[in-house]
Parts: sequence; C-alpha cells; structure tokens
Amino acid sequence: MYAQMVDTGANKLRALEDMGPEERAFQERVDADVKIEPKDWMPEAYRKTLIRQISQHAHSEIVGMLPEGNWITRAPSLKRKAILMAKVQDEAGHGLYLYAAAETLGVSRDQLVADLHAGKAKYSSIFNYPTLTWADIGAIGWLVDGAAIMNQIPLCRCSFGPYSRAMIRVCKEESFHQRQGFDIMMTLCRGSAEQKAMAQDALNRWWWPSLMMFGPPDAVSNDELRQRFVDQTVPQADYLGITMPDPELKWNAERGHYDFGPIDWDELYNVVKGNGPCNRDRLQTRVKAWEEGAWVREAALAYAEKRAARAQKAA
Amino acid sequence: MERSEWPLWEIFIRSQHGLAHKHVGSLHAPDPEMAIKNARDVYTRRNEGVSIWAVRSADVTATAPGEKGPLFEPANSKIYRHPTFFPMPDEVKHI
Ligand SMILES: [Fe+2]
Ligand SMILES: [Fe+2]
Repeated sequence: MYAQMVDTGANKLRALEDMGPEERAFQERVDADVKIEPKDWMPEAYRKTLIRQISQHAHSEIVGMLPEGNWITRAPSLKRKAILMAKVQDEAGHGLYLYAAAETLGVSRDQLVADLHAGKAKYSSIFNYPTLTWADIGAIGWLVDGAAIMNQIPLCRCSFGPYSRAMIRVCKEESFHQRQGFDIMMTLCRGSAEQKAMAQDALNRWWWPSLMMFGPPDAVSNDELRQRFVDQTVPQADYLGITMPDPELKWNAERGHYDFGPIDWDELYNVVKGNGPCNRDRLQTRVKAWEEGAWVREAALAYAEKRAARAQKAA
Repeated sequence: MERSEWPLWEIFIRSQHGLAHKHVGSLHAPDPEMAIKNARDVYTRRNEGVSIWAVRSADVTATAPGEKGPLFEPANSKIYRHPTFFPMPDEVKHI
C-alpha cells in the first residue's frame, strides 16, 4: 500500500565518528546497501519503525481483502469469480508474508493483530471506501493495485532483508491484479451504455482516493510517484473512453506531464481519523472473524497436542 | 481464555526437480500436516514448487552474527582452495 522507504532511525546528522561502534557498523552497512538481517544489531528506533511500517502494511493487505471479498459471491461469471478469488487469496498471502517479516523482529503475530483490532495500528485508508458495484472491482485492480505497485517497488530495495524479500514476492504478484482490473473495465466499457456508465461511476469514486494513496505532498517522492501514476493512467482511461473526475486535468506540453486539480486532503485526514464510509465496518468485520475463528485455532492446537502426546507414549 | 498462538514453521521449497530446497519464509500452523497445507497455499500459488519442507522454527540452530569472524574468516586466507591459485601454462590444455 502506502509506505515510504524505511528510515534507519540513526541520526544522519551525526558524524560516523560520534556513533558507538555498533551503530557505526550498522550505518556503514546500510550506506553500502548491505541488507540488515533480524539477528544483526540495529538501533531501537529502526526496529520500532520497521515493526510499525511492516505490520501496517500487513494489516492493509488483510483489510484490503474485504472490499473485494464483498463481490466474490456476486461476480458476473464463474471465470470472474475464480479470478477474483485468486486475487483476494493473493492479498491474504501478501499479508502473511509481511506478518512473518515483522515477526522476525521479535513481535508476536497475536500482538500485531491485537493492535489492529484495538485501533492502535493503522491500515491503508483506501480500504475504508465501499465497493458499490461490480465496476468497483475493476477500478480497484486498475487504480488501487496500480498505485500500490508504484509505491511498493522502491520497498523491494529497502535495507531490512525480510521486508525486502517479502516485497519482491508481493511485487511479482501485483501485476496480475492490475491487469485483471483493467480487463474488467475494458469489458464494461465495450458493453452497453449502462455498463460503461457503471465503469465511469467507479472511476469517479476511486480516482481521488487513489491519488491520495501516495501520501501528503510533504515528501518530494510522494508527488513524483503521484505524477507518474497520473501520467501513465490518463492514457489508459482515454483508451477505455472514460474520463477522470477532474476538470483541471490536462496535458502540459511544456512540463511533459499532465496537470491535475487540487487534492482534498481534508478528506484523507478525515478517513485516517476513522470517519471514512467504512472504517467501523472494516474493523468490526476483522474482529468478528478473529473471534469466531478462535475455537478453530484452539481445537487445532489441542488436537496437535493430543496427537503429539499419543505419539510420544507409543514411542 | 485464548490459548497461545500456533507455532512458527520455516518453509523450504524445491522449485524444480534437481534443485535444492530453498528457504522462502515462515508461517504459523498447529501441526506438520497443516504447516505443509498452509505452505502450499501461501508459497506455491503459481507453481513455484515441486516439494515442500516444513521445519519448526524452534528446531533451527543458527549461527549468531557475532560468530561471523571466527567461523568464516579462516577460509579467506586459504586461497589455494580455488583452482585459480594454480596458474597453468598456455600450452597445457584441458585442465
Ligand atoms: Fe497486495
Ligand atoms: Fe494486489
């Protein structure tokens, strides 16, 4: 989802000579692009930042299954249903790769999940919007996964080995997500007038939240990625014959980029604060799934223990 | 009361016949069978493997980062272990 490069937490303003030997060795490894592995010494701030960022990323993958999962039973054909299930299952996989990467830092899965359920840990705000029609499934794959890919590629190079390896795996699987979304949009746009209107409506609702996925304009890299996303997505919408909900959007030949209108950041901050259309619903659904699954987790563990004890007795 | 979480397993996948198993990541599972089933779903959704090993993380013995020097540095000075240590005259072929 969102995510900037991991800050090492080491104060870069400090000269290497002023650092302790461990911190210095750490900083030199990061500067030389040598990956940091879980058992290596690392500054506490780096460990904390990583746990926060990786777990928020994991939560986003898991909560991100909900808006799309909403349409699995109502997919318009068996083919679309199978594809959507595979896509949503991939997102579960992404969540699991990332939880496992976070756990290498010494935090437990249960703790991470508890933090999400208590509202202490965040997930990407984009998933607090509802999926009102089938076209939303197309728009999400095309725009939301498209924006996620752009945000995630730099993370494949991040300094922490397990996070970097998890992200390489994630990125390999994302392009299927974006293409299946665009394919849905193409089918709708080549269909009846009503189907095309449905695609346009989905684009209208997902366009601005997708641009917000690159984060506030406080970092140059956020705006650069956002611009790149706009530049590559507008011609795709042109191909589909639908238009971005932005009257100020136009090609700027001088800059060689599309100009676009102002983003309503108050909307994002409002969603982050918990007041998006689906915040409460998403969290409730997760908590319910966790609580209702508790007896399964317990029974599976009890069964495994019983069998292990029996095997020991027999030996 | 909720019991403790399922144990952690390290997953190794053989990607093709003839290659060695390679560590791909970890997951939680209550027992070995479930570890294999979960590994199938988490790590081989696109024909990434022909064989899976699941090993309890608690059973893995690993070197510590601090041991790197004493363990691996002795090999640095033994350059005669590499064939390039022995220059061969141009006239000598097939060696
Ligand atoms: Fe994902
Ligand atoms: Fe995705």
